Amino acid sequence: MNIVNAINDALDIKLTEDKSIVVYGEDVGFEGGVFRVTEGLQKKHGVERVFDSPLAESGIAGTAVGMAAAGLRPVIEMQFDGFVYPAFNQIISHIARLHNRSRGSYKMPIVIRLPFGGGINALEHHSESMESIFAHIPGLKVVIPSTPHDAKGLLISAIESDDPVLFLEPKRIYRAIKQEVSEEKFSVPIGKAKVLSQGTDVTVVAYGAMIREVQKAMVMAKEAGYSIELIDLRTIYPLDRETVAASVKKTGRIIFVGEEPRSFGVGSEIMALASDEAFLYLEAPPKRVAAFDVIVPYPRGEHHYMITPEKIFYEIERTIKF
Amino acid sequence: MFDQFDPAEDQMLQVIDNNGKVINKEWMPQLTDDEIVKIYKDMLFVRTLDFMIVSYQRQGRVYTYPPNYGQEAIGVAAGTVLRHDDWLIPAFRELGAWLAKGVTMKEIFMFNMGFEEGLKFSEANHVLPFSVPITSQLLHGSGIGYAIKYQKKDEVAMAFVGDGGTSEGDFHEALNFAGVWKVPVIFVVQNNQYAISVPVRMQTASVNMAIKSKAYAIKGIKVDGNDIFAMIAVFRYAHEYARKEQQAVLIEAVTYRKGAHTTSDDPAKYRTTDEEKEWDKKDPLRRMKLFLEKKKLWSDAEEERITEEYRKEIDRQFVETEQTVQYPLEDAFKYTYAEMPQDLRNQQIEHEKFLQWKNARK
Repeated sequence: MNIVNAINDALDIKLTEDKSIVVYGEDVGFEGGVFRVTEGLQKKHGVERVFDSPLAESGIAGTAVGMAAAGLRPVIEMQFDGFVYPAFNQIISHIARLHNRSRGSYKMPIVIRLPFGGGINALEHHSESMESIFAHIPGLKVVIPSTPHDAKGLLISAIESDDPVLFLEPKRIYRAIKQEVSEEKFSVPIGKAKVLSQGTDVTVVAYGAMIREVQKAMVMAKEAGYSIELIDLRTIYPLDRETVAASVKKTGRIIFVGEEPRSFGVGSEIMALASDEAFLYLEAPPKRVAAFDVIVPYPRGEHHYMITPEKIFYEIERTIKF
Repeated sequence: MFDQFDPAEDQMLQVIDNNGKVINKEWMPQLTDDEIVKIYKDMLFVRTLDFMIVSYQRQGRVYTYPPNYGQEAIGVAAGTVLRHDDWLIPAFRELGAWLAKGVTMKEIFMFNMGFEEGLKFSEANHVLPFSVPITSQLLHGSGIGYAIKYQKKDEVAMAFVGDGGTSEGDFHEALNFAGVWKVPVIFVVQNNQYAISVPVRMQTASVNMAIKSKAYAIKGIKVDGNDIFAMIAVFRYAHEYARKEQQAVLIEAVTYRKGAHTTSDDPAKYRTTDEEKEWDKKDPLRRMKLFLEKKKLWSDAEEERITEEYRKEIDRQFVETEQTVQYPLEDAFKYTYAEMPQDLRNQQIEHEKFLQWKNARK
């Protein structure tokens, strides 16, 4: 299974077992989505449950609020990262808050699926990373898988969560990774990071499409004789502070790798975490390898923007040799 | 009814004139004398409660409040058709409808005193909290409509907005989604002539608000929002239509906000007393009272007696609420998520440690 298949499988399993789930968005029904993530689901589960909505992101998010209040569990899709902005009012002012505003009278079990990130030579507005924007909003949970297994298990957890979840899909690796994934139902818990490789010299924290880039850098690091501990956050909020803190206490060094603009981002939170939880253990300044604070360049300039394995290795070496 | 009062021809449904005389027998709703008196008393109660909240605000006992003064007929009429399972999606000026759906006075007081607890609506079924971001709530109505239809329930959703709110994109998205999905939602525009200071002619070049329904292939009608009988007639008709046909309706209720936008606003800055006097003649309570007096169903003495009774009860509940409400620290944390993240719990624990330190210091 690749990530596209895994997400489709998770949706299929949940649609089959829970009639309160509806799946909709632009091109989601008949066509199965522009990335074919929902392909075949309308045919199997019917047009009332998997359908095309009018082309209006605020409308998609706003109607999900009403559906959730009335007992449904909507899984909605924003077609591309840069198209979500018209829905911000509904996401921030209502999806994130109705539970609080009604003092628990109304839960908001809504999943917002959102392909995100760069590296696919796309038009403007199709390559953005805004995980820190959502992670900054009280009331939202933000999940990012990096493997087909986690994509399936995390999406099942997201759909079963009584809180709204932003499920950000690293579209660059939608079909890049194939993995044996159980056909059965299983879940991966929200809020739990995973240590992908044990190491002793430096902790590298990443998620989504950056995991693969870090793994390529680790091949170079191994040749140079460095031992890297790689943590896949898997959930941005709530952040698994314990796993990151335990690792940095062990290695004494920490590097964050992410493709969103560097300032005020998830990486900034990881830097604060290292200083809060492991101040006396640090042997080098915590380091962020993130994108510049610029708009994602158009395809001909995108190579300047994207984080490469060489760049990651360069910062690993500098941190270890500090 | 919808064909008879075509918004494209700017027709408006009215049942009584400014002197309380029935001018349209065809659409006079079937009501017993007792029911008619009860409806007037409900409007009087809303007006009394509204005045008292404004005066509590002047005394510094509640925060900013948006008065209903002049618009009482719309909320009260809505309350007469909404059943237990029907949905009310408020904006913030529909006091009569909230009370009819079971929102308690204490909750209204609590909300205005600055407690989210006032929006819990423990005794009201299917009422969403008031919505401050203008018009965003209409989409919730369309979504609820979808859920009603999907779950094959016999329910109707009624969602409110003001005239200014019709300029927001969400207004058009909500009507469009409801039109495409064919769902039982009644959208109500309380056209009270002003969005804070901006007059309605600055909001739209359309001949009226109801005509906007035509673009979304839903029914629309303009009604005299200060005519309680016209409002009841239109709500009854629209409710039946939405249920039976599984279709949305747009109702424009033409009214006038006699009070300020909120207690922080001063309408004298942007409108004339001549204009206000003109609208005084159309006041919804005045018109209904003239109707009742013609039928010998009401008297000034009765009004005085019952208003005093209302005032006492309202004040008793207000004082009781004032004396009992509390905002414990945990309430600031525990509703942010259905399942509280450990991170948030830790922030609370950390703050409690500070409070212990602070208390020990005294």
